[in-house]
Amino acid sequence: MSASALDKHYPIQHGDYTRAGEASADIKRTLRQLGVSADMMRRVSVAAYEAEMNMVIHSLGGEMCLQVEADHIRLTTQDVGPGIADIDSAMREGFSTANEEAQSMGFGAGMGLPNIKRNADAFNIHSQPGQGTRIEAVFYLS
Amino acid sequence: MTIRDLADKLGSRVLIGQDRLDQPVYSACCSDLMSDVLAFVTEKTVLLTGLTNMHVLRTAEILDLKCLIFARGKMPGQEMLERAEEMGLVVLCSPHTMFTSAGLLYEAGLRGALMPSGAAQQSAS
Repeated sequence: MSASALDKHYPIQHGDYTRAGEASADIKRTLRQLGVSADMMRRVSVAAYEAEMNMVIHSLGGEMCLQVEADHIRLTTQDVGPGIADIDSAMREGFSTANEEAQSMGFGAGMGLPNIKRNADAFNIHSQPGQGTRIEAVFYLS
Repeated sequence: MTIRDLADKLGSRVLIGQDRLDQPVYSACCSDLMSDVLAFVTEKTVLLTGLTNMHVLRTAEILDLKCLIFARGKMPGQEMLERAEEMGLVVLCSPHTMFTSAGLLYEAGLRGALMPSGAAQQSAS
């Protein structure tokens, strides 16, 4: 696999529960076509699905990107707000500010960010209230 | 144990996958919280749930689950059934509550899907 073998961008809309998950499903299909192992495929697509749902539920919209390099996969999300005031709380399992609609879908129980972190080999989150949130999850291909 | 055995034990309707009932099953999980399923399930297992929205299918797709069982006679919409057929899933509809459905499957010898190492301690704390 050559460097920067793949770079895909997915726009994510706030509140679009019907299409939510389509980007993650495409990410999974893409990784399968690239011959990525089943375990790695599961880890990346679970992280992608949680990140996508987070953006649909909480953000004002943004973009999710998948980059596949020779030795790692990088999943990033960048949204346009509203940002997270207390990242430490948001990273705690069970902490949630999601609404009832999200919960009726089986999400919004405070597992999203911890699930992304648990599946990734490296995880970074930067957020500024009033601006937006950027998440980066890296998965090393051995 | 096969999916057919589960269907018989529950007295469930087979909504999708009549021709795929002879697949072996080794474990199951039971939740309405898809985030928990995404966090803790690592096997190609059976999901018993009371939720009937598209995110149950998305979760099944992400995790390569092979069988969905909807509890308490809940019926998913036609669009979901068509998508489940495309995915090659088996979809059952159990007349029992989640608790009783899970109990019947456990009694039949089915056990809970293994959680990734460390998850049990985390979730118990």
